[in-house]
Amino acid sequence: MTTHSTLAAPAAAVVPARPARRRAPRGGSKLEQRRQRWGWLFVSPFLLVFALFLIFPLFYAFGMSLFTSTLATGTKFTGIDNYLKAFSDPLFLEGLLRVAAFAVVMIPAQLIVAMAAALVLDTLVTRLASLSRLLIFAPYAIPVVIGALMWSFLYSPRFGPGATLFDLIGQPTPDFLASDTVFASLVNIVTWQWSGYYMVVIYAALRSIDPAIYEAARIDGANGWQTATRIKVPMISSSVVMVITFALIGTLQFFTEPVVLRNIAQGAIDAAYTPNMYAYSLAFSYSQFNYASAIAFSLGMLVFAGSFVFLFLTRKQSGLK
Amino acid sequence: MSVFAPRADVRDEPLTTVTGVPSRNDRGASDRRRRNGGRRIGSQAFLIILAIYFVFPIWWLVVAATKNTSGLFGSSPFWFDDHFALFENIAGLFTHQGGIYWRWLANSFVYAFAGGIGATVLAILAGYGFAKYRFRGRGAVFTIILGSVMVPLTALVIPTFMLLSQYGIINTPWAVILPSLLSPFGVYLMRVYTQDAVPDEMLEAARIDGAGELRTFFQVALPLLRPAIVTVLLLSVVGTWNNFFLPLAVLTDPDLLPVTVGLNRWTALSNAGAGGEQVWNLITTGSFVSILPLILSFLFLQRYWQGGLAIGSIK
Repeated sequence: MTTHSTLAAPAAAVVPARPARRRAPRGGSKLEQRRQRWGWLFVSPFLLVFALFLIFPLFYAFGMSLFTSTLATGTKFTGIDNYLKAFSDPLFLEGLLRVAAFAVVMIPAQLIVAMAAALVLDTLVTRLASLSRLLIFAPYAIPVVIGALMWSFLYSPRFGPGATLFDLIGQPTPDFLASDTVFASLVNIVTWQWSGYYMVVIYAALRSIDPAIYEAARIDGANGWQTATRIKVPMISSSVVMVITFALIGTLQFFTEPVVLRNIAQGAIDAAYTPNMYAYSLAFSYSQFNYASAIAFSLGMLVFAGSFVFLFLTRKQSGLK
Repeated sequence: MSVFAPRADVRDEPLTTVTGVPSRNDRGASDRRRRNGGRRIGSQAFLIILAIYFVFPIWWLVVAATKNTSGLFGSSPFWFDDHFALFENIAGLFTHQGGIYWRWLANSFVYAFAGGIGATVLAILAGYGFAKYRFRGRGAVFTIILGSVMVPLTALVIPTFMLLSQYGIINTPWAVILPSLLSPFGVYLMRVYTQDAVPDEMLEAARIDGAGELRTFFQVALPLLRPAIVTVLLLSVVGTWNNFFLPLAVLTDPDLLPVTVGLNRWTALSNAGAGGEQVWNLITTGSFVSILPLILSFLFLQRYWQGGLAIGSIK
């Protein structure tokens, strides 16, 4: 991500990458060197916040996680004990496995919906198309809590429409909040909430492709499907990588939706359903701040490592170097 | 940048199919037209189905907001009840618990705008600094910031809570606003955008004309950055407005809650509680009222977000 990260202004077509133009060496004169120090002034307000609310909490959490505090013995240094405990704690490990399963199901679900919608929208210039683009995006404008509340009403056997809908097709209404169905119910909420946003990102990337390429493909006899899969999708791979990265980071820290759904599905969603929920309940229900810090710090590092590995594996597609 | 390299598979393969005699080409063309026509109808149907899926929960909420509690349980979920209770429900929001709902809504506004505007200002300054100055340590610092985009912010909630409680600002608006100022992704977007949208030559010219660094920034660079500013502002306001974990952890005073946490609290009480605490009609109406501001701003700001949300992903 150095000087070659070219980016077009949003509406304009993408400028083909030109080799990074090396600027004439600077800093020759004392005056010039002094001028470049202005850069620090511009970045320092952000760096202050960055240090206070990101770097410092991370170190603080790590520091806390190295201690254990009990009523009997007070606070004492226990080194990596909390980490050994965390990685043999079935509640934490189950939570990790669960969010990994969510990532495996939820990210493709969102991506397929977003990609299909964007590809279809890209071929249509009708009023219906621009209206549906707006409607598909609408859930993004709804706070996650409200979205989850709405769906928890819809899932609810007491006033949900499930019964009405399933009566129409003559099927018994499934229980959306049983322990074996709640996973799919959560996947549905997240897909509903985020696919529209990802669609807008992918759609904007599609619009920035030079249409002359499609013309060339058509002359070469490519049909719509071939144009989509062989030209469009490869050309927007950097946007797709970004979407997947965001979805991955979001999924691994899954919290809000299961917490809201837990209001009506306590049997199916326990307090340690995801690692973040576990850390929250350790800290605020059991006041085990040291152990909660170890869980939060481990989760943070795992997410960081996971997305780093993903970006490394896809560095060709994303253009990140 | 490999994206722009002509891809071998695209370039070579279809070539083999064009070298047909004219008649074959014609047939191909008419086939294609027919297929296109078919696909268009298929595409439209597909879009309609998608749009219904994404809109029906919102439609349900609109309808539900006009019902009283018995209507919520008794009438058809997707159509209005005989009794139109929206205004009663809104009046109920003013009286239930002393109208605390409006307080929550106001809190959400304050947190979202203070946090969002603050984060945007910091991101603009930092993005400009990283894009247009070559100071010592720039590369290393920027790499750290870029890496931090991958640190899940929720993992910071518990340590932030502990830190803030040591400084005694837990359970105050600052406990939500200050951590919301952090937006590494905003800095990344602003930097990437500034790099291309603000030509170095223009800055040089301003300097030669005798403008100082600050004046150059405010009068030359800032006006060019408007699309990116709107985008970063939108993203960070929406981010703070959406935030749930942080206020849930750092606020306990009911008067300070944002609307998201407040409505969730009502839901938990209604599910657990006795008849008197069941305020389902207020939850649905409250949810409906709370999503209006953002839905409307997205409608009016379409021009900006439709292209802008993709900043940073198009290379």
